[in-house]
Amino acid sequence: MDIGLLGQYLANGMMLGTMYALVAVGFTLFFGVLDVIKFSHGDVLMLGSFTGFTAYLGVLAIGIENPWLMLLAILVVSITATAALGAVIARYLVLPLKSAPPLNILLITLMLGTALREAVRLFYPDGSNPKAFPALLPTASVDLGGFSLRADSAILMAAGIAVIIGLNLLINRTRLGLAIRAVAQDEETAKIMGINYTLIVLVTFGIGSGAAAFAGIMNGLYYNEINFGMGLLLGLIGFSAAIIGGLGNIYGAILGGFLFAGLQTVGAVALPFASAYKDVFAFGVVIALMAWKPTGLIAERSSDRV
Amino acid sequence: MKDNTTKTGWLGLPPLVVGLSAVVAVVIFGWQFLLAESELEVLGLVALAAVAGWAGGKTGLTGSLNEAMRGHGRAMNSAIMIGLLAVIGLLSEEHFPLLMLTTMLLYMTVALGLNVQFGLTGMVNFAGAAFFGIGAYTSAVLTTHTAVPPLLILIGGGLMAAAIGFLLIVPVVRTAGHYSAVVTIAFGVLFKTFLEVNDVLGGPQGLMVDSMKLFGWDFNDGPQLFGIEMSFYVNYALLGGGLAVLAFMLTQRLERSWLGLALDSVRLDETASACFGVNVVRAKVLAFTFGNILVGVAGALYGMMISFIAPNSFTFADSLLMVSIVLLGGLGSLWGTAVAAVIVVLLPEKLQILQEYRFLLFSGLVILMLLYRPQGLLPRTVRQFFPSWRPQR
Repeated sequence: MDIGLLGQYLANGMMLGTMYALVAVGFTLFFGVLDVIKFSHGDVLMLGSFTGFTAYLGVLAIGIENPWLMLLAILVVSITATAALGAVIARYLVLPLKSAPPLNILLITLMLGTALREAVRLFYPDGSNPKAFPALLPTASVDLGGFSLRADSAILMAAGIAVIIGLNLLINRTRLGLAIRAVAQDEETAKIMGINYTLIVLVTFGIGSGAAAFAGIMNGLYYNEINFGMGLLLGLIGFSAAIIGGLGNIYGAILGGFLFAGLQTVGAVALPFASAYKDVFAFGVVIALMAWKPTGLIAERSSDRV
Repeated sequence: MKDNTTKTGWLGLPPLVVGLSAVVAVVIFGWQFLLAESELEVLGLVALAAVAGWAGGKTGLTGSLNEAMRGHGRAMNSAIMIGLLAVIGLLSEEHFPLLMLTTMLLYMTVALGLNVQFGLTGMVNFAGAAFFGIGAYTSAVLTTHTAVPPLLILIGGGLMAAAIGFLLIVPVVRTAGHYSAVVTIAFGVLFKTFLEVNDVLGGPQGLMVDSMKLFGWDFNDGPQLFGIEMSFYVNYALLGGGLAVLAFMLTQRLERSWLGLALDSVRLDETASACFGVNVVRAKVLAFTFGNILVGVAGALYGMMISFIAPNSFTFADSLLMVSIVLLGGLGSLWGTAVAAVIVVLLPEKLQILQEYRFLLFSGLVILMLLYRPQGLLPRTVRQFFPSWRPQR
């Protein structure tokens, strides 16, 4: 295999890894503060990209032509709306079930995901067909020894990594992050210390969902296509990534995201069977990893109180 | 849809009479419901069932029925089986209603299997449609390429689902809660993707399945009885009914046995049951395998009945639909599962306007259910340790 093709696969894998990590970070944040899995995350992402697409149609209609302004509008509208949606879901579906068996929350969010997916398919104008997401980033490319790095890919990847670093700083360096970590560690003590528990939970869900919306737009810009079913697979991959990394650990989520992207790339390139099997291979490895390390590579610190 | 005998007034009537008349009412209702053509008719019947169910709950009919089931279990169970035969007999010339009825019975079998996993043992399995598909594909391959007797193929479908389930057993048993959810969901998606890209198994176009044959009698020929040509679906309805009844009996026996008790204790507290000497791993393997066998057998018969299968019938959304049957009925509640299977399978088929919206409708319904009535439509009652014991009044 020539070095150019290898570079291409590497770039593609990095891009996927960034997206998956962004989704996985959401799962890990929610699990951290509430010990719940919000499986509708992938469909919230899908809704984020559809909101972005609608915003694009909106700014197009009022006659803004500058792609950067358009992109800004898309990002602002989509991230705000999706973050609000995430908070609403947390307030009305997740918090009321906090004391119910964890299975119920998993189920309610799974069903919510289906409901969102179906709602977009049925009620968004022509929602059952894929939508062509606009290519707003410059498409000039640099030739790097046999493989061409496109400017839009580079910008997307840089932006994605910047968001991941930003989230990490937010969690580990700010007062808000301190509050989130405090709630994650011990709800009662955090409350006693004067932290507004509900507010922090809602804000965390907002942040996670905003990150998902960003990943959704990244996905749209990268593939130039969005469809109502994209959230299911991305959500599942994000969930798997968060889990193989180890739930509740932001580094685990990032590691898991890149690991999954790596597996898919290896499945597509280096294995003897057809590249169509790449998802089969990646999920197979995930299942095997779960058998080997039942609580993820960076294990969750927990013990059963009897 | 439990009954509509609210007018008879069961106060003072012995429970057996109430129970038997309820069965008769349900049979008539089911017959009319399956035959109903216009949407208005269907809506009217649904409203009738809802009112009857509500009134039955308010006026103590449900209690009376429970009493009948407990005191006269044998008579009631035979009555229900005869009732099922009666519905099949009444519909014997109608293709489509019988197809719906059989599909419903097969989904009920699936949901019973899942109920052992979710409801009794507290294991999650979001790959129900995948195991269903394994059964169906097994029957497709075996009927077209081998001369294995079809009745054995049904069992083969179950065994195949169990065997593939064994591949998952290590991660599923070692992990708990969310972690095992991801294992099964990943398997479900993996299975569908695999089918789509695998040319040997027909790829996205799917496979043909040969019909069921029993002792040289092809199920796709309509049987003739007293000179009347019946729909060939009668065969499948009878076999599907037999399968559902068998699954119900097996599940009920399992629930009532000491094995069921062990499964219950594993669900409630793994650590405590391990301390009391319950082998947690064995209990989980048992429940997972038992459930998958039921799902696989149902899938094999389903494949033979619809005679054509494709990966698109076994998606994650279908798995979720199966899980919603279990949840709507009530975790661990076998009768609840039966009622919920009727609602989830038949309602959208009868109300064609709903067909398009069925995933949305049922996901919304399950969300409301989990928020406001998490125990399900017919909640499971507290385990009776002395089945014949009744409170003394």
